[in-house]
Amino acid sequence: MLKLGVPSKGRLMEKTFDWFGQRGVTLRKSGSDREYAGAVDGIDGVELVLLSAGEMPRELAAGNIHLGVTGSDLVREKLANWDSRVAELAPMGFGGADLIIAVPQAWVDVNTLDDLDATCAAFRGRHGFRLRIATKYHRLVREFLREHGVADYQIVDSQGATEGTVKNETAEAIADITSTGETLRANGLKILDDGLIHASQATLFRGRRKDWSDAQRKKLKALQMVLGI
Amino acid sequence: MPIFPETLTEARHLRDLFAAQGAQVVKADVLQSAETLLDLYGEDIRARAYLTSDPLRGEMVLRPDFTVPVVQMHMHGHADPARYTYAGKVFRKQETDETRANEYVQVGYEVFNGQNPAAADAEVFSLIADGLAGLPVKASTGDIGLLMAAVRGLRTTDARKAALVRHIWRPRRFKALLNRYGGKAPVPESRAALLAADDPFAEAGPEIGLRSRAEVQARIDALHADAAADPISEEELALIDAILGLRETAPHVLSALRDIAVDMPAIGDAVGRLNARMTALAERGVDVDALEFEGSYGRTSLEYYDGFVFGFYAVDRPDLPPVATGGRYDALTARLGEGRAVPAVGGVIRPDLVLELR
Repeated sequence: MLKLGVPSKGRLMEKTFDWFGQRGVTLRKSGSDREYAGAVDGIDGVELVLLSAGEMPRELAAGNIHLGVTGSDLVREKLANWDSRVAELAPMGFGGADLIIAVPQAWVDVNTLDDLDATCAAFRGRHGFRLRIATKYHRLVREFLREHGVADYQIVDSQGATEGTVKNETAEAIADITSTGETLRANGLKILDDGLIHASQATLFRGRRKDWSDAQRKKLKALQMVLGI
Repeated sequence: MPIFPETLTEARHLRDLFAAQGAQVVKADVLQSAETLLDLYGEDIRARAYLTSDPLRGEMVLRPDFTVPVVQMHMHGHADPARYTYAGKVFRKQETDETRANEYVQVGYEVFNGQNPAAADAEVFSLIADGLAGLPVKASTGDIGLLMAAVRGLRTTDARKAALVRHIWRPRRFKALLNRYGGKAPVPESRAALLAADDPFAEAGPEIGLRSRAEVQARIDALHADAAADPISEEELALIDAILGLRETAPHVLSALRDIAVDMPAIGDAVGRLNARMTALAERGVDVDALEFEGSYGRTSLEYYDGFVFGFYAVDRPDLPPVATGGRYDALTARLGEGRAVPAVGGVIRPDLVLELR
């Protein structure tokens, strides 16, 4: 039996169902609308597991599910060495969003990472603490800024309404996902010219096959044939 | 990862060796206040150290090294010169390499001595070498102070020098800044537009957050000043490259640096210190003629070393981390000393790796 993890609610679930449906595999919720149980038609030996998109990377890496649909940003954020622990089978073409760095529009002098770095240095000298960047993507943001040699900042955790943190003076800049940039603009923010950290989309991943049985490996091949990936 | 009894025996043996040189044996808490480390290292420490929280004491960190607590302890006392030794576990997250230990024992030797820095450098290096005697290891050395002197000696604005010194430990940005200041990299479009604008604040949008308009204006003024400054000359860029590219035995490096110092007198004192250090090392029996020196060595470590830096590496085991590392950290004592600075140098050995090589 191959366990396939799919986001348990919302648009991401519906779009995932559509994506599989168009390729001849029907996924559906079974039981009542509120129940997190599912069924798979069109191929034998695949079991549907509904769970939160945020938990998918961990469950894949732990081997509790064999396949899973989640954002490529979440896998990179939550798994160190992600590409040695899971593999991308297919980008699915929806759920697109960019993880970006944004600063106040009022910072007319800051448009690049180079500007941000210089501003971090001056800010620390003036205010006595490191410039705060609010985000929930701690690892991705830190690795990106380290790679680009930005120093003297600090990450502050923000699990929601991140665009409001600058106005509320709990952060000076943010790193968040955006699809149109509308919310950013409405909150007086702008994206840095070279501030794209990761272009994310919903992606079908598989876990590490080390502990898989031959039957499970064959089943994956069969599923890939059906899906045409 | 288990710590074997043999490792602890070896650690005690090394610590005794250091204590026999007159070093005071000291201990440090495993849980340290995170505030100091976060202020010193910023976000990098979150990637490398285990942080946890305490309802009363706030954010705490499992000690990633002994240097900071030993400096703090020294600053509360008044001995000068002073020598300390310690042995204990340190904890480091390994974000990318699962095979590397995330907790291991370090044995260290730290010297606080303002009188004779060259002698202190040589003392630490040669004692660490004694601790590794007979092992198949090879030393690499460098000098961050030399690079800092070269940057400070550039014929350019203080703002540019400060920006370059700040990024000595980030080679990629350092290079990018040098290219910009040397006129080799184009000015980004957005900056050119900002500098050309009649009213830079025309489309500024609402003023939000802690960074005020005055701060933005101050940076625009600084950018104008920078745009008006002459580029750093080709000759000076080549000299910096020459220093960074040095990779030879110490005596050859010394003679190359003396040539460079003719065109860049600002490094004269730093070259003098290197010379004094080599003499002190030779007096302690170190084979200076065979000692490797790299101009770029120590630039990618945590950024507290600001002078002499060294590491000992297993000759046939490139897969192993360095068996011992160390260096001078004068600026760190200044930061932690609340106005009081004591020149300091130290090094650590990993007894588990010593056993693996024996």
